[in-house]
Amino acid sequence: MTEQDAGGHEESGRSDDAPPVVPTGAGRSAGGDGPRDRGSVLITNAVPYGEGDPVDVLTVNGVIAEIGPVGSVRASGEATDVLDAAGGVLLPGFVDLHTHLREPGREDAETVRSGATAAALGGYTAVFAMANTDPVADNALVTEHVWRAGRQVGLVDVHPVGAVTVGLEGAKLAELGTMAGSAAAVRVFSDDGHCVDDPLIMRRALEYSTALDAVIAQHAEEPRLTAGAQAHEGERAARLGLAGWPSSAEESIVARDCILAAHAGARLHVCHVSTEGTADVLRWGKPRHPSGPAAISAEVTPHHLLLTDERLTGYDPVNKVNPPLRTSSDAAALADALAEGVIDCVATDHAPHAVQDKDAEWAAARPGMLGLQTALSVVVRTMLRPGLLDWRGVARVMSERPAEIARLPDQGRPIEVGEPANLAIVDQDAEWTVRGAELASIASNTPYEGMRLPAKVRATVLRGRVTARDTATSPTEG
Amino acid sequence: MAPHTRGAGETAGQRELLTAEDVARTIARMAHQVIEKTALGSAAASPVVLLGIPTRGATLAARLAERIRTFSGVEVPYGTLDITLYRDDLRHHPTRPLEHMEMPGEGVDDRVVILVDDVLFSGRSVRAALDALREHGRPRAVQLAVLVDRGHRELPIRADYVGKNMPTARDEDVAVQFDEVDGRDSVLLNQARAGGADTAAAGGERHEGEGDRT
Amino acid sequence: MRHLLGTDGLDPAVATQVLDSAETMKQTLLGREVRKLPTLRGRTVITVFYENSTRTRVSFELAGKWMSADVVNVSAGGSSVGKGESLRDTALTLSAAGADCVVLRHPSSGSAHRLASWLDGTGTAVINAGDGMHEHPTQALLDAATLRERLGDIAGRRVAIVGDVLHSRVARSNVHLLAALGAEVVVVAPPTLLPAGIDSWPVTVSHSIDAELPAVDAVMMLRVQAERMHGAFFPSAREYSVGFGLTEARAALLAEHAVVLHPGPMMRGMEIAAPVADAPSSAIAEQVRNGVHVRMAILYHLLAAGAEEGQQ
Repeated sequence: MTEQDAGGHEESGRSDDAPPVVPTGAGRSAGGDGPRDRGSVLITNAVPYGEGDPVDVLTVNGVIAEIGPVGSVRASGEATDVLDAAGGVLLPGFVDLHTHLREPGREDAETVRSGATAAALGGYTAVFAMANTDPVADNALVTEHVWRAGRQVGLVDVHPVGAVTVGLEGAKLAELGTMAGSAAAVRVFSDDGHCVDDPLIMRRALEYSTALDAVIAQHAEEPRLTAGAQAHEGERAARLGLAGWPSSAEESIVARDCILAAHAGARLHVCHVSTEGTADVLRWGKPRHPSGPAAISAEVTPHHLLLTDERLTGYDPVNKVNPPLRTSSDAAALADALAEGVIDCVATDHAPHAVQDKDAEWAAARPGMLGLQTALSVVVRTMLRPGLLDWRGVARVMSERPAEIARLPDQGRPIEVGEPANLAIVDQDAEWTVRGAELASIASNTPYEGMRLPAKVRATVLRGRVTARDTATSPTEG
Repeated sequence: MAPHTRGAGETAGQRELLTAEDVARTIARMAHQVIEKTALGSAAASPVVLLGIPTRGATLAARLAERIRTFSGVEVPYGTLDITLYRDDLRHHPTRPLEHMEMPGEGVDDRVVILVDDVLFSGRSVRAALDALREHGRPRAVQLAVLVDRGHRELPIRADYVGKNMPTARDEDVAVQFDEVDGRDSVLLNQARAGGADTAAAGGERHEGEGDRT
Repeated sequence: MRHLLGTDGLDPAVATQVLDSAETMKQTLLGREVRKLPTLRGRTVITVFYENSTRTRVSFELAGKWMSADVVNVSAGGSSVGKGESLRDTALTLSAAGADCVVLRHPSSGSAHRLASWLDGTGTAVINAGDGMHEHPTQALLDAATLRERLGDIAGRRVAIVGDVLHSRVARSNVHLLAALGAEVVVVAPPTLLPAGIDSWPVTVSHSIDAELPAVDAVMMLRVQAERMHGAFFPSAREYSVGFGLTEARAALLAEHAVVLHPGPMMRGMEIAAPVADAPSSAIAEQVRNGVHVRMAILYHLLAAGAEEGQQ
C-alpha cells in the first residue's frame, strides 16, 4: 500500500458536502485500492475448505482468475509469486471483529503495524480495531487516523470501530453518523471495555444506527453487578478470594439488548459471549427479531472456548481477561452454540498489554490476552478436531459471518473465480509451541505460552498480495 | 588388627562400640561418680538437678536418676532442657522440631545442675545448653555428664563425668541407642563412607541432632 | 515450609508442628523477665503493610524481636510503596537489601503468591499477613493455638464461623485449617455474605445462629464492616446485630466449655455484645497473646533452617 493510494481514497471519502449520515461506503471494499496492477499469485496444491482434490489457484489483479487441477493452471506471463500450499487447506482470509491495536495511546504494547503483522500471520485479511484507544475513537479524526495507518501498513484491512458514546462514558452518544461518513466508513460501533449500560442510551444508539446500516457491538456487563469484579463468580473465585463477576451480569444485559434491538429493528452484535446462559438467551432472542435471527449476532473468543477459571490458581494475571475465564461447562456450551450458529463467529479480543501492566498483583493487572496468531489453532483444537465444525464451518465462523456482520463486501467471499483474492493457507497437520516472545505483537501476554497447538497459517493473501508467509518453520515441524 | 566379628546390632559400615551390658555398666559407673563427686546424701551437699538434652540425653538423665536412687536412696529431680532455640547451626539443617521442655518443679536456682548428653563432640551443644540454662535461673554450679566423649572439641568444654572416651575420626559418626527410643541399648560407630567427609549413617537409623552434634 | 501463603493445602502435620512449636515458645518465655531468644540473630524480617493493621504488625514485630531477628517495618504511608512503585519492584528491592523474610499485608488477593513467585530463587521467605479476601494464615494458626489451649484438641470439635464469610480472609484460612485438623465447621451468615460455591467447601452452611450455638465448642465472630450496607449485603446494622450478633442472650445458649473468638478489631454492639467479649468464655485476649508465639513459631519454621528444598 502506498500513501498515494490512501490519499486518493481519502478524497473520495471526505468531500465536505457529503451528507454526514449518508455514508459513501468508500472505505468498505477493495475498491479503495484503485485499479493498479497487483500482479498475480499462483497457489499450488491447495485444498479449498479441506474438501476434495487439491487444486491450483491463480489470482490476477487481486481477483481469483483461475482454479484448476494441480498442474493445470499456468501463470500468465509474470507470476509475481508462487505459493506451494503443499496440500494445505485454502480458506477465505479471516475477519476479526474484535481487536485492540492500542494505537493511538499505547504504542508500547501494540501499534497498527505490529498488530497488522500479527493479524496477517494469523490468517486475517481484515480486523476491526476497538475504540478504547487514547484518545478514544469517538470521532472521525481518530477513526480516520487508524484507518489511514492501516492502509499505510497494508498487511490487513484495518477497520476502526467507533465508540458508541463520547469517551466510552456511556452518557452521550458519539457522532456515529460523522464516523460512518468518514473515510473510515465506520459500520461497527462499540464501547468495548465498557458496557452501554444505560438502557435509554442503548436504545437510542440502536435506533440511530439503523439509518447507517451499522451494528452496535455490545460489551455486555452490567456494571452494578460487577463492581470490583476480578474473576468468574464461582467456586474458584470464592476460594481465591477474588470478587466475583457473575454470569448474570452478562446474561441480563444480553437479554435486555435483544429486546431493545427487536424494538428498534436494529442490528445488535454481542461481543465475547462467555457464559452458557448467554447462549441460551441468544437462542431465545435471535428468532424474535423482526428482521430475522441474523440481525442479532454474537462472537466468542478463542480463549473462552479453550481456557477455564481453573487456570487462576497461582494468580498469574496472564489469565486475567474481561469477561473472565469461566467454567468448563461454559466453554463446552459455547463451543456447541458456535457449532449450532447461535454464536455466529469467533473474534479474538486480541488485547496486548505491556509487561508492567501484566506482571503485577492480580487486581492491579490489566485484563486481556493476545489472540490474533493463535485463534485458528485454538478453533482447530476446540471445534474442528472434536468434530463440531468442518473446514466449511471454520470458514463461516472465522471469515464469512464476521464479514457479513460488519458489512464488508469483499471479505469472507467464496473461493471462486471472479471473487476477491483474500485467502489463508492452513497447514492442518502442523503442531507448534506458542512462545509469546516469538509472536509479532509488541506485547507478549499470551495465555498459551508453552502450549502445543495444532494447525498453523502458512500464508495469507490480501487482494492478491502475499501479506504473510511462514518461512521460519517448515510443515514438518514438531 | 584382629578381624572384627559383627555384633548383634551392626550392619555394614557399622561397628558396635558398646553392647547393652556395656551401656548398663557404664551408666552405673557414672551414677556412682555423681554420688561421690556431689557428696549426695551428706548434710553439706548442695541439691542436684539432672537436665538432659533431648532426645537421648533426656533418656540418659532419667536412667542416671534411677541408678542414683537405687545406689544412694536419694531422689534426684531430673528434667529436659531443649537447646534448639539456642543453637548456632540452625541454618545448616532442615527445620528441627522443638522438643518438649520439662523443668523439675524445684527449678535450678542455687542447685548443682548436671547437664546430661549422650555424645560430646564439638562442644557446641553444651554451649547452647549453657545459654538456655541461663534463662531458667542461676545454678550454684553446672557440671556435664556424657555417655561418650569422642573428641574433636571446638570449644573449651570438658565433661565432669564421662562414660567412655572413644577416639574417632572426624568424619565418623557415633550413634547412641536407648531402649526407650530405639528399642535397644547400644553405641555404634558408623564408619566414614569412602571419600565422604560429609558422613551420613551407613545403614541404620540416623537420629537428627543426636550423637553428632556439630 | 518455604513460604506461608495460606492454609489451603497446608499439610496438617506441618500445621501441627507449628502449633506445637508455638506452645513450646509460650512455655519457654513464660514468666521470664527478659523475653529474648538468640534463635534468629542476624536474620532480617521486613514487614510490608499496604493496609493498616496495628495488631498484626506489632505481633510480627514482637515475634521477630523476641527471637533476636532484625525487624524492619515498611508501611505504605512513608515509602516508595506509597509513591506508585509496583509491588514487584518493592519486593525485589527488599530482597536485594537482604530480607530473609518479607511479611506482606496487601489489599489484593493473591499478592503474597505473586510476591513468592517474584522472589523465587532469592531465598527470601514470604509470609502472608492477609491478602485481600483470600487468606490470613497466621490468624488461623493463632486461632487454632487458642482453641487447642482451651479445648485440648481440635479434631472432632465443632466450630461456628459467623458473619461476613464472603469478604473474610480470616474465615477462608480458618475453614481450611480447622477442616484439615479434623474439626467440623459450620458457617453462619445471611445468604448475601456467603461466597458462591460454598457448597464445595468442607463446611456446613446455616442461616440461623440460634440453631447452631448450643452444639458448638467454639464460635468465631467475624468483623462486619458497616460499609457493606452500601453493597446491599444487609439492610442495616441493627438488623444484622439482631440476626447474627452474639448478644448476651445468645451467648447463654453456648455450652459451658464453649469458647468465643474474634479476630479483631471488634465492633462491640454490632457483631458481639461488650459483656460477651469480656466474659470468661471469651478468648479474645488470649488470641492476641498467642499471636506472638504462633508467629515466632512460623518465623522459626521458615528461617531457622538451612536451604531446604521445600514445599510451600
